[in-house]
Amino acid sequence: MTGAGVVLLTTFLASSVEAIEMVIIVLGVGAARGWRSALIGAAAGFALLAVTIAVLNVALAGIPIGPLRVVVGALLLLFGLQWFRKGIARVAARGLAGVSEETVEDDDIPASGMDWVAFVLAFKGVLLEGLEIALIVVSFGLAAGQLGLSVVGAAAAVVVIGAAGFALKGFVTRIPRSLLQLIVGTLLTSFGTFWSLEGLGVNWPQSDLDIVLLLVVYGLTAATYIGMERRRIHALALETT
Amino acid sequence: MRMVVSAVVGVARFLYRFVVGDDWTVAVAILIALSATGVLVADHVSAWWLVPFVAIFMTGVSLRRSARRHQGA
Repeated sequence: MTGAGVVLLTTFLASSVEAIEMVIIVLGVGAARGWRSALIGAAAGFALLAVTIAVLNVALAGIPIGPLRVVVGALLLLFGLQWFRKGIARVAARGLAGVSEETVEDDDIPASGMDWVAFVLAFKGVLLEGLEIALIVVSFGLAAGQLGLSVVGAAAAVVVIGAAGFALKGFVTRIPRSLLQLIVGTLLTSFGTFWSLEGLGVNWPQSDLDIVLLLVVYGLTAATYIGMERRRIHALALETT
Repeated sequence: MRMVVSAVVGVARFLYRFVVGDDWTVAVAILIALSATGVLVADHVSAWWLVPFVAIFMTGVSLRRSARRHQGA
């Protein structure tokens, strides 16, 4: 493979990792809370990202990404844990309740107008991951002396991963609501944990692969708590009969 | 002026609901865990486990508290 090919492939693969995280958040939030607000949030994130890139250009490398990761990660973690808890409680109480549960009162999703929670979650996900992609492009592109090819590789990654996410939209929407809330809560908690700690200077041994490890740990935690909650509910039902 | 005040109150309410939600103890515990991790990392201690541990522990505590509340109701 030529030097140009290596630059193109490397920025494509590195950007794909960040783009996957971006698309997972938008997809999960859109399916769980509504597509309109999530997509507007994502578009606003892209718009701010475009302005930031246009204004700063190669000076992007000077952006302190660490503090940004801490703030965005901590907010995702705190919000993700709320859905994680609610998802566990609902799956334990009602099993895999279907789409008919969309109007559960404490979901707090407005019947009309903008859902700012969905907007902010999608906005932050796109902005942080987009900035990371931009940093990959600038740092790798400048180091290799192929900034243009770097941009092409990253843009291709965003388009390909975004299209794959769009193709999955229908499938994600069919997932039962209580399970979807638990899945999105687990995802947001995992990403939030990873980013906030990375921003604080924690070195993850397997780098981005540790997100998968966090997903497994939080997933097993959810399964354990669901089992415990079910036993408690069952014991309570026996007491009352 | 009234519009500004109501906008500020609206934003504050939204932020509280977004960050704290229905159990403030979880949010406080996580913020303490993040701060402690920051201090430990500055002292070159690998403390990646602290926040996940607190998140898992506080989820259990919060679920238990919520169950008791519903039983009492």
